[in-house]
Amino acid sequence: MTLLALDWILILEKLILIAIIVFASLGIALYTTFSERKVAAVLQDRPGPNRAGPMGLLQPLADGLKLIMKEEIIPNSASKALFILGPAMAMTAALMTCAVIPWSSSVELFGRKIDLQIADINIGILYVFGVVSMGVYGIMIGGWASNNKFSLMAALRGASQAISYELAMGLSLIAVLMISGSLSLKTIVDQQMAPGAWWNIVYQPLGFILFFICAMAECNRTPFDLPEAENELNMGYHQEYSSMKLGFYLFAEYVNMIMSSAVMASLYFGGYDVPFLDESSLAPNIAAIIGVLSLLTKIVIFLFLFMWIRWTIPRFRYDQLMNLGWKSLIPLALLNMLATGAVILWQQG
Amino acid sequence: MDTIQILFFSLSALALFSAIMVLVSKNPVHSVLWLVAVFFAISGHYILLNAQFLAIVNLIVYAGAIMVLFLFVIMLMNLNADAEPRKNWMMKLAGVVSGGCFLMVMVSLVRQATELSGKAALMKTGEIGLIKNLGKALFSDFVIPFEISSVLFLSAMVGAVVIGKKD
Repeated sequence: MTLLALDWILILEKLILIAIIVFASLGIALYTTFSERKVAAVLQDRPGPNRAGPMGLLQPLADGLKLIMKEEIIPNSASKALFILGPAMAMTAALMTCAVIPWSSSVELFGRKIDLQIADINIGILYVFGVVSMGVYGIMIGGWASNNKFSLMAALRGASQAISYELAMGLSLIAVLMISGSLSLKTIVDQQMAPGAWWNIVYQPLGFILFFICAMAECNRTPFDLPEAENELNMGYHQEYSSMKLGFYLFAEYVNMIMSSAVMASLYFGGYDVPFLDESSLAPNIAAIIGVLSLLTKIVIFLFLFMWIRWTIPRFRYDQLMNLGWKSLIPLALLNMLATGAVILWQQG
Repeated sequence: MDTIQILFFSLSALALFSAIMVLVSKNPVHSVLWLVAVFFAISGHYILLNAQFLAIVNLIVYAGAIMVLFLFVIMLMNLNADAEPRKNWMMKLAGVVSGGCFLMVMVSLVRQATELSGKAALMKTGEIGLIKNLGKALFSDFVIPFEISSVLFLSAMVGAVVIGKKD
């Protein structure tokens, strides 16, 4: 079955995989909003949402339904096409990252070996970076198109914050790439999985902390949520948004959190590796399932960490944010990079 | 027409359409966003030429950083469609003539270049655009221009700091 010299079954297989991963990410994001409220409730010593369904488990569905049923308002003075493009870009950029994340090793179904990764491209981690830098446009376009001073201020804050922290993120990433010698996320995970190999966190503790702080800033999470600082900017860049467009912005933040957790798990915590378990001794399908569960566990731990920090630490002031980014994180990342390079050179003799 | 040709022509069409929209758009913010679309199309061409690293760096640096700074400046200056000064027809004519001359020079240059004549672009093959080969070439054959350009960047950075400093 070849038309245009393409393997159409491969394309079908990839389409199914994309559908599964996208819907799974959205489903997890849905319940991340719920667990965010529950975690906040626990930290503030109150019961949290418990009305809809058993233990409040239907709360995210109720929230989603509420957002869809609300009236859709596009302000008269807004630039209409861009006003719609803003949330669309935020959501697209958030979801596109999942293409290069290795969710597990390969499974065998119907006699075909199916990799549980949409695309193993040789520039994997740079692709993640490119997509993250596109995410800025969602905020900027939305804030500008709203034609509202608060939204514009928030958009400018968000964009300058994202650009500043992308630099430190890239620099801390270079140290990992120097160790692994590859840009492909699959190769980086495989190296950490090899018997006798340690996870990258052992070699790069400082790099991981820097990367984690920058990931928090890129996701606009407290303490870095200046673009949506309620008490200064009303609601930030999505002030004029209502209904599901607002939902897209709020949702994109949670998808971003999941994706950055997955990237951090792959880069520093062995991806779908289970510690002290030799995956090659298991049947490939079972190993793949265990791998997915392992990666999901790591993602959930990171998500909990994100929430824990959000409900513990107050927001930075704008100048503190910029000082931290430019005067602390970037020099530390440069130092980390130089030290890693020196150690690698010394080991090579 | 095979897959690569279909991709090539659709990317070229996207690039040309977006480039025209950059010029035609009345609103500078729309122009910048169309320019981002041009960068996407060009990155697609890089991928067809098997230069994935160049493609993604083009997106990260140009579309992700420089265009965001453009947007910054435009948004802060609050340029509107009606704030654009009206040019008289003499200015427009001069623009058309000089632009046409430049186009002619460029076309004749490409047509007469001996390196290009009778050669097709290498699609899906060629290794120079991959990060390993590019790095080796930059740090062995072209190390002096590479380092000099980095000094240039440093001096630009120092200059920006000096201008931005309050005295």
